[in-house]
Amino acid sequence: MSSLINIQTPNVTGKKYWRSLNQLADTKEFRDWVHHEFPANATEMLDGNSRRTVLKLMAASFGLAGLAACNRPVEHILPNSAGTEADNYLPGEPFHFATVMSIGGHVTGLLVETHDGRPTKIEGNPDHPHSLGAATAIQQAIVLGMYDPDRSAKVLQSGKESTWPALEAAVQKLSLGDGSGLRFLSGFVSSPTLDSQRTAILKKFPKAKWVEYEALSRDNELAGANMAFGQPLYAHPKWDKAKVVVSLDHDFLNLDAPTPFFTLAFSKRRRVGSEEDLDKMNRLYAVESQFSLTGANADHRMRMKGSDVLQFATDLAAALGAMPGLNVVNNGDKRGKFLAAVVKDLKAAGPEALVVAGPRQPASVNALVALINEKLGSACVTYTKPVIDKSNSGIDALKALAGEMSAGQVSTLVILSGNPVYSAPADLQFPVALSKVATSIHLGAEEDETAAAATWHIPEAHILESWGDEASSEGAASIQQPMIEPMYGGKTPVEIVNWVTTGKFTKSHDIVKNFWLAQFTGDKEQAWRKALHDGVVAASKTVDPIKVTVDTKKLATALGAATKAASTGIEVGFYPSSATWDGRYANNGWLQEAPDPISKLVWGNAAMISPKLARDQKLTDGDIISLTRGNVKMEAAVMVQPGHADDAVSISLGYGREKCGRVGKDVGANANLIRTTDGFYFAQGFTLAATGKRETLATTQERGTGDNQNGRPLAREADVEEYKKSPKSIEEMSEVPEIHSIYPEFTYDKGNQWGMAIDLTSCTGCNACVVACVAENNTPVVGKDQVLRGREMHWIRMDRYYSGDENDPEVVEQPIPCMQCENAPCENVCPVQATSHSPEGLNDMAYNRCVGTRYCANNCPFKVRHFNFLNFHRHEPELVGLVYNPDVSVRMRGVMEKCTYCVQRIEETKIKAKRDGRREIKDGEIKTACQQTCPAEAIVFGNINDPNSRVAKLKKQERNYAMLAELGIKPRTTYLAKLRNPNPELTA
Amino acid sequence: MTLDELKDKIGIGEDKVYAAMGAFDNPDDLVEAGRKIREMGYTKLDAMSPFPVHGIDDAIGVPPSKLGWIVIWFSAMGAATALLLIWYVGAISYRLVIGGKPFFDFSYSIPVTFELTVLFTAFATFLGMWAINGLPRLYHPSFNYSQSHRASDDLFILVVEANDPKFNPQQTAEHLRSVGAGDVEVVEG
Amino acid sequence: MSAVLQDPQLMEVNPPLVRSEDYHDLTEQISVIVEGDVVKTPLKYWITLAVTASVTGILGLMLAYLVSTGIGVWGNNRPIGWAWDITNFVFWIGIGHAGTLISAILFLFRQKWRTSINRSAEAMTLFAVMCAGIFPLFHTGRPWRAYWLFPIPNTDLNLWQNFRSPLIWDVFAVSTYFTVSLLFWFTGLVPDLATLRDRTASKLKQYIFGALSLGWRGSARHWRNYEKAYLILAAISTPLVLSVHSIVSFDFATSVIPGWHTTIFPPYFVAGAIFSGFACVMTLLLIARWTLNLQNLITMKHLENMNKIILVTGSVVSYAYATEFFIAWYSGNIYERFTFLNRAFGPYWWAAWSMYTCNLLIPQLFWFKSMRNNLWVMFIISITTNIGMWFERFVIIATSLTRDFLPSSWGYFHPTYVDMLTFAGTIGLFLTLFLLFARFLPMIAISEVKGVLAVQKHTFKDEEVVAHDLR
Repeated sequence: MSSLINIQTPNVTGKKYWRSLNQLADTKEFRDWVHHEFPANATEMLDGNSRRTVLKLMAASFGLAGLAACNRPVEHILPNSAGTEADNYLPGEPFHFATVMSIGGHVTGLLVETHDGRPTKIEGNPDHPHSLGAATAIQQAIVLGMYDPDRSAKVLQSGKESTWPALEAAVQKLSLGDGSGLRFLSGFVSSPTLDSQRTAILKKFPKAKWVEYEALSRDNELAGANMAFGQPLYAHPKWDKAKVVVSLDHDFLNLDAPTPFFTLAFSKRRRVGSEEDLDKMNRLYAVESQFSLTGANADHRMRMKGSDVLQFATDLAAALGAMPGLNVVNNGDKRGKFLAAVVKDLKAAGPEALVVAGPRQPASVNALVALINEKLGSACVTYTKPVIDKSNSGIDALKALAGEMSAGQVSTLVILSGNPVYSAPADLQFPVALSKVATSIHLGAEEDETAAAATWHIPEAHILESWGDEASSEGAASIQQPMIEPMYGGKTPVEIVNWVTTGKFTKSHDIVKNFWLAQFTGDKEQAWRKALHDGVVAASKTVDPIKVTVDTKKLATALGAATKAASTGIEVGFYPSSATWDGRYANNGWLQEAPDPISKLVWGNAAMISPKLARDQKLTDGDIISLTRGNVKMEAAVMVQPGHADDAVSISLGYGREKCGRVGKDVGANANLIRTTDGFYFAQGFTLAATGKRETLATTQERGTGDNQNGRPLAREADVEEYKKSPKSIEEMSEVPEIHSIYPEFTYDKGNQWGMAIDLTSCTGCNACVVACVAENNTPVVGKDQVLRGREMHWIRMDRYYSGDENDPEVVEQPIPCMQCENAPCENVCPVQATSHSPEGLNDMAYNRCVGTRYCANNCPFKVRHFNFLNFHRHEPELVGLVYNPDVSVRMRGVMEKCTYCVQRIEETKIKAKRDGRREIKDGEIKTACQQTCPAEAIVFGNINDPNSRVAKLKKQERNYAMLAELGIKPRTTYLAKLRNPNPELTA
Repeated sequence: MTLDELKDKIGIGEDKVYAAMGAFDNPDDLVEAGRKIREMGYTKLDAMSPFPVHGIDDAIGVPPSKLGWIVIWFSAMGAATALLLIWYVGAISYRLVIGGKPFFDFSYSIPVTFELTVLFTAFATFLGMWAINGLPRLYHPSFNYSQSHRASDDLFILVVEANDPKFNPQQTAEHLRSVGAGDVEVVEG
Repeated sequence: MSAVLQDPQLMEVNPPLVRSEDYHDLTEQISVIVEGDVVKTPLKYWITLAVTASVTGILGLMLAYLVSTGIGVWGNNRPIGWAWDITNFVFWIGIGHAGTLISAILFLFRQKWRTSINRSAEAMTLFAVMCAGIFPLFHTGRPWRAYWLFPIPNTDLNLWQNFRSPLIWDVFAVSTYFTVSLLFWFTGLVPDLATLRDRTASKLKQYIFGALSLGWRGSARHWRNYEKAYLILAAISTPLVLSVHSIVSFDFATSVIPGWHTTIFPPYFVAGAIFSGFACVMTLLLIARWTLNLQNLITMKHLENMNKIILVTGSVVSYAYATEFFIAWYSGNIYERFTFLNRAFGPYWWAAWSMYTCNLLIPQLFWFKSMRNNLWVMFIISITTNIGMWFERFVIIATSLTRDFLPSSWGYFHPTYVDMLTFAGTIGLFLTLFLLFARFLPMIAISEVKGVLAVQKHTFKDEEVVAHDLR
């Protein structure tokens, strides 16, 4: 079984291979280090630099010497970079490999940049239908997770360290019989290979069961379709076709869509490239409880408790006459007016109308939405059968499993890459149930709560280390190929499933490849290679949408049965975290420090409450409250969220991890403690009480006055109609006097003149660009303490301003990179010429010349310059250093740093152009990291000297303006004012 | 060269006479006496006092100081240095566009130019003064005068140097006494 | 003799008959302090020195911590890149202004009463500028690279300095100021060092003072050049002292930050500097007067004159405050308006109002002669003035940065213990140096006082009166 312990890796270069790392994993230093080393990429500088730490660091560095020789896996992997092959690569020349990842059933194709075998940056795969080149913050951050020194590195037996041979023996001992005692618990299965294995297993062990459970799933979507159409179907909104979109508690622009796809499609009808787009612009209505990004981007937002959405949906259906026998209760109040306007607008839009319900909303709401869309004759939504069976998925399935487990009917439980002990509803008492299982085998990426409770824990390989495959809900399948051998000898689900059920260990590469070769026709090998190269399997036909009609009568009865819980007491809603999702990314420093798009909260979650509730309960930010319901109880710090529904509390899942790496451990509060099967997404009847305790919440934007623009024309906005009438109004918001310099001005009219235009209309405020910048430019993670001191280092930040009434505020999000002013105030004041202007109009920063007077930062009107107050890399394990982009220097303590327009990408492209023997750079050939990943294509970078470049064209628009132009600084980064498309009936 | 030869060279030594010196207890008498001695035809005169005595210069004929003329040139040099430096580093040595400002311009050169002018002037004044005074020096014959240590306290001393054509030890000493000097001594070099 | 110096004005009216002992007594009285073995130095002196010296030690520790760990040990952040560091720099530089002012400007105006205080005032200047210099040096993120601020052709990058940057102007201004003050001070010392050389019996002291006094022998020829040199140094120090604080104010005036970007700063800063400088001289003189019993040299007349100057400069500063507010309102610029409202009523209201109280209100007491002549009143006011002036710099620097153009990047500054102890440490250093000076060098310019004395004793002929002393 040595093949299990040490994957056969022919010694190609003579360097140390992972094989030796596995041996290394048994050395004392390495284990110590893996146990106690300082958090990956989280620094608390003012303490902890004890001699002990330093010694351990040395030990770690020594132990990891082998890692310096990252190498590609032995199996044949194919880079996406056209024409080249992984075998004949030039050292220093990055490669891009196509792979794929799935979060809660949302599948996105990725393109991974590797430098000499080290994955360093993740982009979206332009060829993948659900990515088209974009990637979300989380997807980009997983690359850091791969180098996380806290990752599970060894086999555990009942939480104690064990060995592969011991596990080997245990697996051999398993007697599965007809599988009556065999259960599998996995996350959302979107892997065709895994699915085929499941089918085989359930045939081989007829009594066995396979349960899928996700803390945040698409189950309600399927259940809703089941209620409406009598069969589970995926609904596929065609966002780009819709002119009027009504979102019923569906944060499809952020939390409820861990994929760039929805934003990408939605913004197609949002972006204003030219005059005629103004008429094509869509209108978004949002109905929700927590203030979400979707709400922030909505033209009209109606706040209501999650539990009231069902009533709203019913009324909407009734108003549209979709349900005979149902009639609307319109008492002309705000809600009534809103409803009336929505109905009118939807009817007018007809086939271009789209109503969507969020995954939080029960089946009934999803069903009603299907009905409504049908009634409207909406052409904006199609339905497909799941390509992968979902019949035994969701909380009911988990409940049943838990029942069997506690009843002792489960002898062998295989938990595939999940953390149910942490994420299962509190009332299932999953830990107790698990203790009743004779043999539980847990495959997990970290030594989490489940790893400790299971009888066996097996380290799981990271996505970037794994062979696998994912099929989108529409059927588009992609091969998941590794860029690197598993650092800690981690295994993949397909390997474990195969191993446990057959007793033979086969490498996932073989399993996956064999599965697909069986699917292919013709030159199978060629097809396989093409699939690897493209990142999508050409053969995998996307399922055709099926024509279905709602069985109104059935639905009516079903709805009647659907108990409408009386909304009494405080309602608590459970939300995905924009940083940790359901907790699986809790140990990721990049994500922990990426501010929540709305609350700007970092390093933790909070119980979000409305200003009114705060006043009634005399609560302010940071007051710790207790939420009690029956026998479940939790404590969390509150944060007052303008625009939040009254009498409701919203809290993000994925925090308060007890068994977790050093970054995510005990960060925030664990909402799973009060999450129960009867109130899975939201539950009424909570009692809220102040505990008198307080916690300091770290936000990157000052609360209070810093939350609105104080009447300053910074992030400018206008309604489409006004704008059509007086396009000049945007420019006129600030009076810019004719500025005469006493000096002859430099003219930047030759060659490339780089500039950027940021469209506030299409920008949704998701954090993709922020994380992209962190990954591309090696900006350090500074930790909560330093964020509290106002020392976060993000080169591009997302400014959020409220306006209007605190109960129904409007929000504008504004990305702030360096403005690259032509007359840069920062340059004038630097005593040592550490920052000066390039002929191409860049405000360059020479780190090694900087003495750190911070004068430039003081004199920057936008405060985009960031100072290394401390050595933020001091306690960083060498391993984490491997994630850094070798094209960008890591800045030392005491120097200033700032956005460079990704000058390394500019230079790289110029060199390439020269190699190709051409002078000029094609428009769009250079993409800054923030631009490349932006799903809304809100950021456009290019040569403003070329009148035909996209950026130049955008800057010609009337709504283009430069912030603080009156200072005479001539910013190169300009903004396109945010246009809202409100319904005249509601604005009047 | 032996020590004696050296002494001969700079005109000091027990065998030489430096001057006849006499003391007064207040500046007015010193000035008065100085004038009288000079009227007697002495030209190589000097005085020693704890503070600058007003009127003594005219009385014993000390020429006005040339310091100002020396200093002015250094001031000009200071200004030039500054301007050249700023022009060279900005417009010649390393041309960098900074804040859209010219590579060289007087407007932003003024402060540094002023400061360097002052700095050069100060050094010229300080060093120039000591140079003209021939200081620092370790030894001076006048120290041989029994009362010289009081020249920094409360005595005002009139000096008739030996190299004065009219100098004659006994006679000059007599003249000094005649103008009211006390502790008249002929001091060897 | 003490009767003579009691009141310069009086002396000038009718010079009493003088015996040459007057000069000797004067020499005695000042020299004994230095010679030390003649009278025993009071114990209170050594105690004070011990305290200040240990505080200076803390400064060393704090700077070591700072350099080894990073600016992060201070409270500075984004947006407040400068806080206590530059506040302290401007504060100390300001104090440093009184010395040169007294010795240079008052000299040119023939203010004879300056003679008994100018030596200590000059010393104070030097020590204050030393303290000031610490901050620009150590506030840099990489102090070991601070030499890049000087136009030394360096092989590191072959880059030069940016002469558009007010910080470079600062470097030249402050270093020039220190050098010139030092030369000026030493020039004044030489004749007195000669006096000490001639008085002492100890061989060692003879060597030391002999070397320091450069063989000075009081020759009339030397005096002639000496006076010329002194005049020139005074003449250039006067514009210099004005230029230094103007240039310091350029750090802010040339920026774009509302609350910094204002043309009133140069005169406003200079007035403030003189204001705080005189207050500080006052504090020190009162202490010295008390510990070293110099009542007859530092007379009520001196003190009252200085109080008048404090009153005048204080009023100038107050006027500047008013102007700032007016202009902010009159300009109609939303950012300016906000900044000044925020200054007075924003999160830093407490700093602003302590500044107004100390600098604007309290000094007004000096309108009353009784207050100008009350030692306790002037001592307290000299202290409050310096507190007020420290706050002025803090208010200008910090409150302007906390809330500038983009509300999204607003912040607040919390000083750390390192901030506080570093500042305290510089105060310790300052006092230590001053105490050492007061004990081991003649605190009062012996030869200058004698000169004044002589003039008083001289019976003027009419033409002389015209020619000589214009007052």
